[in-house]
Amino acid sequence: MITPNHKAPLTFATIEPDAGLKAALAKPRVDLIAEITASQLKGRGGAGFPTGVKWNLAAAAQADTKYVICNADEGEPGTFKDRVLLSDHADLVFEGMTIGGYAIGSKIGILYLRGEYTYLRAHLDAVLAARRAKGLLGKNVAGKQGFEFDIQIRMGSGAYVCGEETALIESLEGHRGEPRNRPPFPVDTGLNKLPSVVNNVETFAWVTSILVKGSAWFKAIGTQRSTGLKIFSVSGDCKQPGIYEFPMGITVAKMLEAVGGSDAKAVQIGGASGHCVPASEFGRVIAFEDVSTGGSVIVFGAHRDMLHVAKNFLEFFVEESCGQCTPCRDGNPKLLGGVELLEQGRCSMRYLNELSSLGETMQIASKCGLGQSAPNAFLSIVKHFKDELMGRTQGEAH
Amino acid sequence: MLVTEQERLKSDIGTWLERYGRDRSALIPVLQEIQKKYTRISEYGMQVLADQLGIHPVEVYSVVSFYAFLDHKPKGKFVIRLCRTVSCDMQGKARVAQQLESDLGITFGETTSDGKFSLEWANCLGMCDQGPALLVNDIVYTRVTPAMVNDILETCRKTFGVYALESTHEEGHA
Ligand SMILES: Cc1cc2nc3c(=O)[nH]c(=O)nc-3n(C[C@H](O)[C@H](O)[C@H](O)COP(=O)(O)O)c2cc1C
Ligand code: SF4
Repeated sequence: MITPNHKAPLTFATIEPDAGLKAALAKPRVDLIAEITASQLKGRGGAGFPTGVKWNLAAAAQADTKYVICNADEGEPGTFKDRVLLSDHADLVFEGMTIGGYAIGSKIGILYLRGEYTYLRAHLDAVLAARRAKGLLGKNVAGKQGFEFDIQIRMGSGAYVCGEETALIESLEGHRGEPRNRPPFPVDTGLNKLPSVVNNVETFAWVTSILVKGSAWFKAIGTQRSTGLKIFSVSGDCKQPGIYEFPMGITVAKMLEAVGGSDAKAVQIGGASGHCVPASEFGRVIAFEDVSTGGSVIVFGAHRDMLHVAKNFLEFFVEESCGQCTPCRDGNPKLLGGVELLEQGRCSMRYLNELSSLGETMQIASKCGLGQSAPNAFLSIVKHFKDELMGRTQGEAH
Repeated sequence: MLVTEQERLKSDIGTWLERYGRDRSALIPVLQEIQKKYTRISEYGMQVLADQLGIHPVEVYSVVSFYAFLDHKPKGKFVIRLCRTVSCDMQGKARVAQQLESDLGITFGETTSDGKFSLEWANCLGMCDQGPALLVNDIVYTRVTPAMVNDILETCRKTFGVYALESTHEEGHA
């Protein structure tokens, strides 16, 4: 039923199994973390924090118990690369977690898998069992005396906000998935108040690949501030939707060409939390310093109604807000109300401007990334498509 | 709830707590097990679990009410969750939704009177390149068309016949 949709083989398919783990275990911990830092790998889950820096902080934290957590909550609309990686390259991901365990001095790995992906569970359990049987998990991992590490799987229960790392930790502790204030950060006060590294599925797979191919290889690809390769999940109005691997820094136009979507009128990059890029800006680059993304790319053809798109995203945030803080809890329904007025052609320019400044307030005043990025799509659609949004006559078909 | 079912639930909770550990971090895994086997988390179940973990039942309720996949209300044996996110929307989710409602005779958020099917919306299922997508319990269907809806429901109905007998038989020993 699930057809793999790779348009070209991924680098991950060329990585020799266990070679990354062996290379890591042959190094002293400091050198291992230095190798990751030198690659300048930044987190692939969206926020783009440097992985080497994160691991260094967790390694330096003093505690007998530490955790390595893999964030497989993948709930951002339009993202499905982590599902594909877990289906096809689970070993690389688990290998990366094991490398993380060695680097920071942790024995316990946890994969937090979203409830919607329960059908992957049996496969992942089997991969873990095989790794245990091969001595790649458990005591003296891969023959390394004194290094013990194992991985357990915990299931999510249908809450997008649990992808936010502190909400994820709350959920693991048996609470509502309500994000915490940061700082303190999980690297010193994470799961059970102990040092924890939380990384995205793809980030772990790149760690393994970097250990095999070297940090210089990774760093040579991409831009100065966004190194390496990235996996993209492409959907919407294009000829070949699916999973793609591109170097960081690719232009929107080039990506559209590769996926057969060059006649698009706009592209949503970064999912519901991301930005809508209109055709006039297809020269922009996908990188942390310009248009940043965890991998979601949704293409809109000429016939799409951008107001309908904005509405779909806002409905998503109204439902997924945890309700803890006012800007997000009350702001999202207000913006959605504005969209409904626009649909009826009853939104004045003045009110639209007020909504835009409300959106800007939400970006600053919300407690976590959900509320801070919820207005992005609305604001960018309003900015670029005013003529399409305003002055609608009743019953106008779009 | 029948006394026997309460007893069964209580003993199941005991078994699951053995498996997941008797501390707060076991709460959600045990709730997930209850949801899966009993299609709902009853007040009685919340009370038992709270007692066992030494927390207030309101704490348990507050967790249950937070997560979309945990529910206090009884759900159907088959929970159908249709993705409503933008990529599936653009690939024709509205017509699949309409057909699901017609074929089941219920609207989204409802359960059929025979207790077999619940119909719900889901946010992004991660099948954006193969939409419209839906989940039937844990199983994912992709590229669903309105005409396919009946086949999917029929598959469920067929499984239900066998499964129903098996599960009544087995639940006592689980
Ligand atoms: C609302 C929200 C949802 C998120 N969902 C995910 C997710 O599904 N997967 C993920 O890896 N990161 C997600 N993140 C980012 C995490 O908080 C965190 O930055 C990330 O897991 C760190 O890993 P990385 O550095 O490897 O990217 C989310 C953040 C927010 C605010
Ligand atoms: S921004 Fe939204 S999701 Fe985040 S803490 Fe506030 S209410 Fe919750």
